[in-house]
Amino acid sequence: MAKKESTLLQLVITLTLITVIAGVALAAVYTVTKAPIEAAQQQKKNEAINQVLPGFSGELTDTTCLLEGDKDPIIVHLALVDGELFGAAIETYTNKAFSGRFDIMVGLDAEGKILGTAVLKHSETPGLGAKINDGESEFIQQFKGKSAVMDALKVKKDGGDIDAITAATISSRAFCDAVNRATEAFKQVKEDDHE
Amino acid sequence: MSKMNILTKGFFKENPTLVLVLGTCPSLAVTTSVNNALGMGLATTFVLMMSNTIISLLKNVIPDKVRIPAFIVVIATFVSIIDLLIQGYIPALASSLGIFIPLIVVNCIVLGRAEAFASKNSVFDSLLDGIGMGIGFTIALTIIATAREILGSGSFLGHKFIPGDGILVFVLAPGAFIIFGLTIALVRFIQSKVHHKN
Repeated sequence: MAKKESTLLQLVITLTLITVIAGVALAAVYTVTKAPIEAAQQQKKNEAINQVLPGFSGELTDTTCLLEGDKDPIIVHLALVDGELFGAAIETYTNKAFSGRFDIMVGLDAEGKILGTAVLKHSETPGLGAKINDGESEFIQQFKGKSAVMDALKVKKDGGDIDAITAATISSRAFCDAVNRATEAFKQVKEDDHE
Repeated sequence: MSKMNILTKGFFKENPTLVLVLGTCPSLAVTTSVNNALGMGLATTFVLMMSNTIISLLKNVIPDKVRIPAFIVVIATFVSIIDLLIQGYIPALASSLGIFIPLIVVNCIVLGRAEAFASKNSVFDSLLDGIGMGIGFTIALTIIATAREILGSGSFLGHKFIPGDGILVFVLAPGAFIIFGLTIALVRFIQSKVHHKN
């Protein structure tokens, strides 16, 4: 299709107009979808908290904890019942996963014993490391009742007592690491409270 | 070309994935399950419809020299819109497709149809072309995903009907290439048969 030559000014004006209109359209959609997106994220978080703190219904107090050498803080939701510490749901993460950052939620009781875990976000290999996402699996279930307060949790290959997922030792190690970091954050938050 | 032809050529004869071999990245990446393939296909169909229509509307306004950036802005806008909508209203799909929704921007099919069809044809024809190509893309993804999900996970649409782990290689990238190649071969084979008859 033949078109007449455009001047530089016309090029600039057309592109500017198109981008401005696109920007306005995006702003409009963003405004409309902002609330549903936040609600969806909040709901996902609430579901995870309910899953890792079974039987808890009460107020959560949020604090953050920055471990040594970390850039991003770990978020600790302290669960209080009548002012007494019931436990905490901890949004922890690790960078030691097979691919990318690995986010999990860990529920601990007041002594730091694991009540439950839930995977929030992972990019592990489908069919291998991604099995970590299966909350019913033996791998996830074995964490219930364990504690990383005295000794860090390790897979059997590293001398610990966690059965790693077959063919996904790195993902299993990463999971232990995330749980250990959650416990560490919980200890620090508790110490800060006492001071 | 009749209107019907414009719509249906993308289904099989000029299928964007299996015949034109465009947009192979999502075809390999998201076809581990039929659910993901359908979600990706429909999201891309939406973007194709909208971008083809708008670009066809603007074809006389956009100077030739800046047409590619203008097309990309239009495409990127619709991709961002569908990304926000999916995050807000279908969060489960958003978490399983993840980065691949924003990456529709760089899907060659979308820019390819804008350049090859929408910038030269009427608005209605471009809309039909977008729908047809989108459906063709969805069909191709669904075929590949069906094979991969059954062989790799022993399930269909998330319903497990073969116990056990399945053949792992079909879940991973090499399996995607194998199934993709076999599907293209099959389409070529059928096409050659059809040609012989004519």
